[in-house]
Amino acid sequence: MASLAPTTPWTAGAKDDYRDCPVTTLKVDMNTERLIIANAVMAVVTLALGGIAALLIALTRWQAIHLLPAVWFYRLLTLHGIDMLIAWIVFFEMAGLHFGSTILLNARHAAPKLAWTGFIMMTVGGLMANAVVLFDPNSNVMFSAYVPMKAHPLFYLSYILFAVGALITVITFFINIVVAKREGRFSGSLPLVVFGLMTAAILATYTLLEGAAAIVPAFFWSLGILKTYDPGIYRNFFWGFGHPAQQVNLAAMVSIWYALAQMTVGIRPVNEKFSRLAFILYLFFINLGSAHHLLVDPGLSFAWKAVNTSYAMYLAVLGSMMHAFSIPAALEIALRAKGYRKGLFGWLRNAPWGEPGFSALVLSMFLFGWIGGVTGVTIGTEQINMLVHNTLRLPGHFHATVVSGTTLAFMGFTYYVIPLIFRKELKLKSWAKWQPYIFGFGMLLTSMGMIVSGLQGVARRNWDITFAGVVPGTVEISLAVFGVGAILAVIGGIMYVTIVLTSILTGPRLEASNLLLLTGTHNPIIDSTKLTDHQMEDKQNQPKGALVLVFAFLVWFAIYYFTNWWLLGRTWFIR
Amino acid sequence: MLAPEKNWWKPMGRMEKSWLTVAFVWCVFLTVMMPLWYFYGKQNVPTETYKTSPADYGAKVNAFVEQYTIGEDTVNGVTLPVVAAPPGSDVYIRASTWQWYPILQLEKGEEYRLHISSLDLQHGFSLQPVNINLQVIPGYDYVATITPTSSGEFTIVCNEYCFVGHHTMVGKVIVTEEK
Ligand code: HEM
Ligand SMILES: [Cu+2]
Ligand SMILES: [Cu+2]
Repeated sequence: MASLAPTTPWTAGAKDDYRDCPVTTLKVDMNTERLIIANAVMAVVTLALGGIAALLIALTRWQAIHLLPAVWFYRLLTLHGIDMLIAWIVFFEMAGLHFGSTILLNARHAAPKLAWTGFIMMTVGGLMANAVVLFDPNSNVMFSAYVPMKAHPLFYLSYILFAVGALITVITFFINIVVAKREGRFSGSLPLVVFGLMTAAILATYTLLEGAAAIVPAFFWSLGILKTYDPGIYRNFFWGFGHPAQQVNLAAMVSIWYALAQMTVGIRPVNEKFSRLAFILYLFFINLGSAHHLLVDPGLSFAWKAVNTSYAMYLAVLGSMMHAFSIPAALEIALRAKGYRKGLFGWLRNAPWGEPGFSALVLSMFLFGWIGGVTGVTIGTEQINMLVHNTLRLPGHFHATVVSGTTLAFMGFTYYVIPLIFRKELKLKSWAKWQPYIFGFGMLLTSMGMIVSGLQGVARRNWDITFAGVVPGTVEISLAVFGVGAILAVIGGIMYVTIVLTSILTGPRLEASNLLLLTGTHNPIIDSTKLTDHQMEDKQNQPKGALVLVFAFLVWFAIYYFTNWWLLGRTWFIR
Repeated sequence: MLAPEKNWWKPMGRMEKSWLTVAFVWCVFLTVMMPLWYFYGKQNVPTETYKTSPADYGAKVNAFVEQYTIGEDTVNGVTLPVVAAPPGSDVYIRASTWQWYPILQLEKGEEYRLHISSLDLQHGFSLQPVNINLQVIPGYDYVATITPTSSGEFTIVCNEYCFVGHHTMVGKVIVTEEK
């Protein structure tokens, strides 16, 4: 049985500054604690900045309101992309890496100085990027900054600082794991969550290096040292960084899913081999994914694109489809083992829907898979991409993945980090109960509105679509759905930031006494260690409901996929 | 979240195996669809590309416009030449901030070799409402062999951000009925 106790006891001393977590009985290294707090705070701050921008640009794209002037729209859109996709997500992931490589392994932080260096570089880089975009008239170039569009040199420098800082943090993750292993801090293999995070970290290393290959020449080019920079090559490198970066988010998110499932329901992974294999698929078959962004670029052959999307992508898709079964199945077994065995879905009805970690988990999985995943695979199909490239369907897709999926899962996880790491009582608990639903539902409408508008040809990154004069009236409706959803999602975002800030800024420091926030006093992590092999294999506990769910998913997937081929077949002939 | 025992390498259950098989077959199918469509479908992403330079490409467009102009029309208040080349020939479109030049006139059901390139930044060729979207990159002459299957007036929208006038970058393609 998996155990919570470290094999090598800690000795209190100069090196080992730690405390015992009363809830999980894990050791918490104080350096790690401070690092997590710092990274999490920066994550929330940048989320708030990006969120303000989100509201303003969404109210501009909602054509009926059309709030901002053009320059400010483009400026804040650039800011939104940077603060959200880069800063918020990566800061949070860095907190996750510190957590996974020490606390979950009962280990100490072996390189705190290095980790702080990384953090400071990221912070300076992130804030500098904001300042440059806001104050330099030429740096509203979008986060992708396509050459030969030239931003201020400091723009590129801020990217480099941020990326190097992140790379340093990733390196400390590996150092920690090696040291923990050598010091015998944990018994057996790496826990699944840490294994998933390691996948993310390996991908991140590769990703950040490719990011350097794109941005460093751009920096010299903006200084005039490099005379020309081929835009096609820039795109190749940029997306060689930008796309795998999304797989880092994916692997980190799935790791958090497993963690949330264990923390709120007390699951045991159904089959460690199955889940680990799925992570390994991410590692090996995602690296060539830059092609997704270049599917309708000149200069690349069909074979190159098809191989790079399918060989590289569909086995990674397989990995996601495996997790899509394995997590619901683990939830189902754990709930059935508690006695909720009625029918196919009795376990779901009796799940802890009032626990924010659980609702965030389920909504995140559902929206990520059913909307984000399905649209992603479809638009990543070489030919179908012609219908989608740079239309609003694209942001519609990734607001279902990296926002409804990753962001929502991270938000849900934060609520547990506050009592366990910040050691503050979670305030506004009733808000926390509703927040995942409001944010999730808002984001559902936002991405659906974007997708349906994009299907009708509405371009992304566009201040005013009426110039084109070809906008059908139905677009007004889908943009209104999008706008209402955006407002809801922003309300959900404001709730999140308010809950976090109120909790960490008010009240005394308080050791956590309970893992669950709203739904009881039992400790699901301890429960999970008591799930026996016998219970896992009991006929009555088999995950039939989860299997039905994944097959329903496949049917929906096929419908959406074929509808798109049908749509493609109706357009002009082209080759 | 907890370290498992060493012996986690266990055979998969029946359900995992069946889902894994079905999911894998689906992934293979997804992969096969692309080459199938490549050989049998009528809508494929163009691949023909030539290296060019803004000066060379600009000169080609000017020669093309000079040779085949048949009239004038306006897009968003700007007057541009309307150019009609015979079916089967090479036709050119030039992207630059913030204009698509010239206005093309094509004939329904006929094939054309449509060249697209940019003189300055990257732009996005988005033909509406047929919804065909291609990336336009300076230095690359991208050739799409197209056959319009519907007639009327079509709009080219720029859907790659190209600084603050981006949304005003709109062009026109006219398709006449088959003769
Ligand atoms: C409150 C929730 C949010 C709303 C209402 C929102 C809304 C929007 C809107 C209106 C756009 C512009 C679409 C366009 O014109 O092309 C956009 C773009 C984008 N959003 Fe969000 N967003 C939200 C949250 C997020 C989050 C949490 C992330 C990342 C984790 C994110 C990542 C992005 C990215 C990467 C872009 C593309 C920027 C670009 O085209 O350069 N958004 N969002
Ligand atoms: Cu343009
Ligand atoms: Cu543009």
